[in-house]
Amino acid sequence: MATSAVSHADQIPSVYAEKRGIWSWITTVDHKRIGILYGATAFTFFLMGGIEALLIRWQLARPDNTFVTPEFYNELFTMHGTTMIFLAVMPLSATFFNYFIPLQLGARDVAFPRLNAFSYWVFLLGGLWLNSSFLFHAAPNAGWFGYANLTSTQYSPGLNIDFWMIGLQILGVSSLAAAVNFFTTVVNLRAKGMKLMRMPMFTWMSFITQVLLLLAFPVITVALILLMFDRFFGTHFYIPAAGGDPILWQHLFWIFGHPEVYILILPAFGIVSEVLPVFSRKPLFGYAAMVFSGIFIAFLGFGVWAHHMFATGMGPIADTMFSMTTMLIAIPTGVKIFNWLGTAAGGSLQMKTPMYFSLAFIAMFIIGGLSGVMHASPPADLQQTDSYFIVAHIHYVLFGGSIFALTSGAYYWWPKMFGRMLNETIGKVHFWLMFIAFNLTFFPMHFVGLHGMPRRVYTYPAGLGFETMNMLETAGAFLLALSQAVFIYNIIKAWRGPRNAPADPWNGATLEWATTSPPQEFNFAVEPEVHSRDPLWERKRQEGRLPEPQRVSGQGIHMPRPSFWPLLTATGVAGIFISMMMIPYLGWWFVVAMVLWFLFSVFNWVFEPV
Amino acid sequence: MALWTRVACRLRRWVPAVLIPLAAAACIGTSAQFPQSTLHPKSDFTRMLDGVLMNTVWAAFAVFILVEGALVWIIFRYRGKPDDPEPRQVHGNTALEILWTAIPALLLALISVPTVKVIFQTYEVPKDALNIEVIGHQWWWEFRYPDYGVRTANELHVPVGKKVVLKMKTADVLHSFWSPELAAKRDLFPNHTNTLWFTADSTGYFSGQCAEFCGTQHGRMAFEIKSTSPEEFDAYIAGLKATGVKPAADSSAAAPASTEPTRVSTLAAAAPQVNPAEQAAVDSGAKIFRMCSSCHTLDATSTTNFIGPNLANIGSRRYLAARTILNTEANLASWIYDPQAIKHGVIMQRLGLTHEQATMVAKYLRTHR
Repeated sequence: MATSAVSHADQIPSVYAEKRGIWSWITTVDHKRIGILYGATAFTFFLMGGIEALLIRWQLARPDNTFVTPEFYNELFTMHGTTMIFLAVMPLSATFFNYFIPLQLGARDVAFPRLNAFSYWVFLLGGLWLNSSFLFHAAPNAGWFGYANLTSTQYSPGLNIDFWMIGLQILGVSSLAAAVNFFTTVVNLRAKGMKLMRMPMFTWMSFITQVLLLLAFPVITVALILLMFDRFFGTHFYIPAAGGDPILWQHLFWIFGHPEVYILILPAFGIVSEVLPVFSRKPLFGYAAMVFSGIFIAFLGFGVWAHHMFATGMGPIADTMFSMTTMLIAIPTGVKIFNWLGTAAGGSLQMKTPMYFSLAFIAMFIIGGLSGVMHASPPADLQQTDSYFIVAHIHYVLFGGSIFALTSGAYYWWPKMFGRMLNETIGKVHFWLMFIAFNLTFFPMHFVGLHGMPRRVYTYPAGLGFETMNMLETAGAFLLALSQAVFIYNIIKAWRGPRNAPADPWNGATLEWATTSPPQEFNFAVEPEVHSRDPLWERKRQEGRLPEPQRVSGQGIHMPRPSFWPLLTATGVAGIFISMMMIPYLGWWFVVAMVLWFLFSVFNWVFEPV
Repeated sequence: MALWTRVACRLRRWVPAVLIPLAAAACIGTSAQFPQSTLHPKSDFTRMLDGVLMNTVWAAFAVFILVEGALVWIIFRYRGKPDDPEPRQVHGNTALEILWTAIPALLLALISVPTVKVIFQTYEVPKDALNIEVIGHQWWWEFRYPDYGVRTANELHVPVGKKVVLKMKTADVLHSFWSPELAAKRDLFPNHTNTLWFTADSTGYFSGQCAEFCGTQHGRMAFEIKSTSPEEFDAYIAGLKATGVKPAADSSAAAPASTEPTRVSTLAAAAPQVNPAEQAAVDSGAKIFRMCSSCHTLDATSTTNFIGPNLANIGSRRYLAARTILNTEANLASWIYDPQAIKHGVIMQRLGLTHEQATMVAKYLRTHR
């Protein structure tokens, strides 16, 4: 069989030739293609969330504006928050989990490739379901946090809350399945010689993120199921008139919600910890401290939830306890920032676009961290909570933090994912525009909040001094949209250009740069072996410049076959949840049909030969 | 391009150093520019909170300058070229790492001492204070004075220099009472009472609004606190009490003014000086108002929980509909004509009155001061 060494692209047998066509995307179980699906979908949702933000900003540009109705405004800010958190930042992180965890580990795929496809399809269906609510004029309208008892049928009789509650439960299935998958992948599929303390920092931080997902998502699921019972079946978990307690929701929501914040930011920490060493040409400073501070942040993340609730009057003991744990988190976060500075200091900084975004991430995240320390203090928080100061804070950590880091990751890994380089000049225009626009949009929010503007108001009266700053913020928001247009232009330009990116354009340190750009389906012709934290740097030091890796036939490598059962099973899962919502209209038989459909799909999935 | 970037970066180093303090000064402003600001505290309670915030602000500002400064310095100092030799491969420095763990820890410990002290103070509800019950409604505020047995809505009067305790609950969904200058913020729950306390240190109007998202008109759920001299406050309470003196007084504003001196002065009875046409309109308004009395009362001493706000002193309030519109006769008439056009989603529906009828009711209500 394998008598001739097949080493040229045109001689690659069809089984590992690059796949094309819609059907190949629908049935793919390749972690890299699923990663791209995640990325394309999440970026689309990101743009939708951005459009919602622009409508919000247009409404708030002037006092007493009537551009949108209060009802629509409430839908807009609810969907903006829900979209950006669950449909944009989380799945954009998942894009990189999918594509790069196996590559950085030196693995051929994730542990459960079909489950991976299932996670994506469930995510897509959940996102579509949430957004389809706009078509019914019933988009969720009680905030992304959906505080009880506003969400009860008495105060929210429409379908709006049902869409939200069902959509989030569908998305939760996706997140949990993905978390199990990546956790197992990291535990079981590391290359030979890759001890845990040799793992690349992005994979480390992603690994911790999976643990957070596994522990936090069950809590929101429980909270949502209780809400579902209240709304559909007449229970009273959150309804005070019948002895329930609305504050129960707040506790459950934030026990999920605060770890969720770290779910959004830890992957960003990981990306920055990859980019800084490569573009400083110097290893990550204090690797062990970086790992343990990440673990410490995640652990403490479960003990701070009630700092979202200082205004609820929990009493001085609880306030003190949650204030102290929250301040404690500043310490490992500070360690991370100082170690990043330590990485860059003494290096030879290569000022490429990914480096710009990572350095800006540090600068912006410091601001978000400092404002966070301010409202970690309950007395200060009694003024700041639910004001625009908090809106500024979360955007400094989630936009200035997560989105800047994710953009850095996009520029850094684009050549690996698509075999094409993004343009450097356009990249820097993108960066400066985004950096300036971001600060113009969100910095004044600190002040407008301290001056008494509450969050989630559809308008404000003239005369309170909010006018100028709101106008600036709106101008910034539209400039921010323009910066995204520059990014999209860069993507289109690269797409039309030649596919000629080298395997290792940035002098990378980790295994993904040791294979072709983009990697073949099986990732590595020969499974790699590592002896240090920066395996590729070590090889280059020993062997000098490495030859460009060639595409190979991959004969003898077994990869899982494409399957459409993950998609069909995903329709079953989404269908079960949606049918619950449809009981008043379609009756129980639809639920039964969906459960049977789900079981049928699972059965076929299980007995499908791979 | 490289030159342009470099020039831009050089500039970027100095521009913030000059502009940030200037911009910050402009942004802090005065309480005249920003009448709902947390940065201009006007009571013992908010000054106490402000003190804690300012500790943190100065610490944060110092950290900001040091760390961002270090970052910018590193970016310029260690900028390299592609063909530069490989820099020294440093993997860490234990002493340094311990140092930058310890310093923030110390800083936070310093911040946390006043924080904890003030946390406990915020919960120490003073005795011998004026008690006020705050009840949140979608989307207006009810204020009750249990010490005097009177109720009002959307405009809270307090005596300057007197300790006030707010006991707060909601009648429907969660709200949050936020008076940035006087009392800061606490959430309102249906099933437990939250308290805030403060002593206003100057007179005047102080605005505040709901800070917990509470549905469609969350953005239009504001209120005013009027801090007055103790004498004015006593007169205000006496006026409210007087609205309950005659049960029949509500349905006939034309009733002759009482001989009670406080009532004459505070109710500012429109009766004597009004021209006959105006008086006729007020009388018709009083008749039409009967249909309103299933949801509203003009008696501040009533203990019935009406659906709508208590209107006993509606004529003397500065704003209508929880600080949505100014309290003018035209605005009040428009509101009565079609509240949904002004504040869509409120419980009060368009009643089917004509503009003329709505104006009559408005004239009648404005006699209740």
